[in-house]
Amino acid sequence: MIRFLLRRLLLTVPVLLGLTVLVFIIGRMLPGDPVALAAGPNASAAEIADVAREFGLDRPLLTQYGSYLSGLLRGDFGVSIFTRRPVAEDLAAFLPATLELVFAAMFIAVAVGLPMGLATAVWRDRWPDAVSRVAALGAISMPRFFLGLLLQLGFAMWLGWLPLSGRFPITEDPPPWVTGFLTIDSLMAGDLYAFGVACQHLLLPALAMSLSPLATIMRMMRASTLEVLQQDYVLTERALGLSRSLILFKYVSRNAVAATLTVIGLYFGWLLGGTVLVETVFDWPGIGLYATKSVVSQDFMPVIGVTLVIGTIFVVSNLLVDVAQGLVNPRVRVE
Amino acid sequence: MTALLEIQGLHLGMQSFDGEAHVLNGIDLTINRGEIWGVVGETGCGKSLTGLSVSRLVPTPPARYRAGRILFEGQDVLSMPESELRKLRGRRIGMIFQDPTTNLNPSFRIGDQLVDVALAAARHSERTTRVAARDLAARMLDKVGIPNAASRLDDYPHQFSGGMRQRVLIAMALIGQPSLLIADEPTTALDVSVQAQVLALLKGMVAETGMAVMLITHNLGVVAQSCTHVAVMYAGNIVESGRVAQVIRRPAHPYTQALLAAIPTRHVARGALQGLAGSVPDLLAPPPGCRFAPRCAHASAACATLPATVAVEGGHRVACVLAHA
Repeated sequence: MIRFLLRRLLLTVPVLLGLTVLVFIIGRMLPGDPVALAAGPNASAAEIADVAREFGLDRPLLTQYGSYLSGLLRGDFGVSIFTRRPVAEDLAAFLPATLELVFAAMFIAVAVGLPMGLATAVWRDRWPDAVSRVAALGAISMPRFFLGLLLQLGFAMWLGWLPLSGRFPITEDPPPWVTGFLTIDSLMAGDLYAFGVACQHLLLPALAMSLSPLATIMRMMRASTLEVLQQDYVLTERALGLSRSLILFKYVSRNAVAATLTVIGLYFGWLLGGTVLVETVFDWPGIGLYATKSVVSQDFMPVIGVTLVIGTIFVVSNLLVDVAQGLVNPRVRVE
Repeated sequence: MTALLEIQGLHLGMQSFDGEAHVLNGIDLTINRGEIWGVVGETGCGKSLTGLSVSRLVPTPPARYRAGRILFEGQDVLSMPESELRKLRGRRIGMIFQDPTTNLNPSFRIGDQLVDVALAAARHSERTTRVAARDLAARMLDKVGIPNAASRLDDYPHQFSGGMRQRVLIAMALIGQPSLLIADEPTTALDVSVQAQVLALLKGMVAETGMAVMLITHNLGVVAQSCTHVAVMYAGNIVESGRVAQVIRRPAHPYTQALLAAIPTRHVARGALQGLAGSVPDLLAPPPGCRFAPRCAHASAACATLPATVAVEGGHRVACVLAHA
């Protein structure tokens, strides 16, 4: 198992290396002159050249790439030519917010989607199934930012139950920074009030993000449950007197979940790369917002940094799905 | 004393896109304790559906019971509530199916599956613990001839060969000590050499427990070897039934005669196999009367009405006008 993990991790290195090359080249080929932008509207040619020299942008592309790579090995993601802050520091500040949001969204999607998929399979073609089918289609087709706006309108503006946007009110003291996850940090500090506040802020954006993966997971789970219910071993289990609930919740669900796991892993990476709109609507200080701002100002170091981090997490989450597959399905377990 | 299993005039319709197929057309079958019944017939004749009906495992819809009763120890299975049925399944009626590679749940250790069946089959008076059930599971595996039974409980189905998996399934079907075992083609998916072993195992277990067996097969050789009684089915009817010795030595129904004639013997020349002309009737629009008549060499005008089943000699019953004389 350890060897399998190590081998898979080693295999991700060339993938990520290729990613750096692509992003590096695309970043430089974009039209516009970021250096001139950074130097200011009234900068002279000499001043622009100074800025370029300061960031090493006057050197050949290959040299720049080489020094970026050697920086990466030391955990150095370069420096933003706009804010002149190290990208690594920015990522450390913004990434936890996005991860917390994505984890919360995936938690909702899995915790609701799997049981609902099982339930709709059992009640196949009766009204709960029909209702959920229509709802799922709606959830998948509705853009997330629009859904976010609707949720804000309903729960924040009309009902006033939840805060409109933001991650934590500036008027309150945030818990001491440990993991960067406000929910976890507040629990670790034993501050239940802060935990409540963090959850209130998390709920609406997480809901907005969770609905489309929830619908997909539910439909996948329904399909795989229906398939498993057709299997010979389910007939044997019934023929030998196992109760309906034991068959469904123990014997059928594990087989059905195995088929759904892959989708869950894919969605995780997909959500991570697609947080921008939801973060914008909810003013959530995550890497999506950070990446958008950087793209707009043609600040390519942060863009490369964000892409690399998302790519890495995508690869790792797929690796985790493979490991989980082995836990659920003994036939794909690696010795 | 009531018979263990009594199927009376069972009619089963199966809904399809083209209408309702009349797949069981009045099945009568009585199985007493200690009898081993072979139910033979070609694919689609309804033998598996008959077996599944005994535990009411045929999904309704698309199937529909149009008439008849299935009495197990005097109780009508078809009108029983689901909760009562579950007390029969695994506990009074054990079942084994054809393909051992698909009938064990691939995601669970076989010990887990055996223990759950044992627990489900335990009567209320003898509520067992998981530990005790595991003990029983190990003993059952040992009985069906799996070496190192106790340690193999922790293995997954894919770690067993086909023959071994069928042994596991036999252990699973018998762990609740049923009084009737329904085995639906239990050896069809196995190698010939393994077939003989599994059959011998089944015979041994039956001799030890004294349970009755309904052995569904299309292999008359298997019937001749292992059964005390045989019922020959054709297109939803039992055309002939009785003791193996009676039916196989003196077959009275033309279909049984044709089946027996189709088995090659040592004296048959190479390439000269005897078949049966024609094909199975369309059950959406079966021929009126005897369903075998269109393929029958002895068919006459009398075959246009369904022939009554008559006794030829003690227990040997035939549904054919030829026997009516």
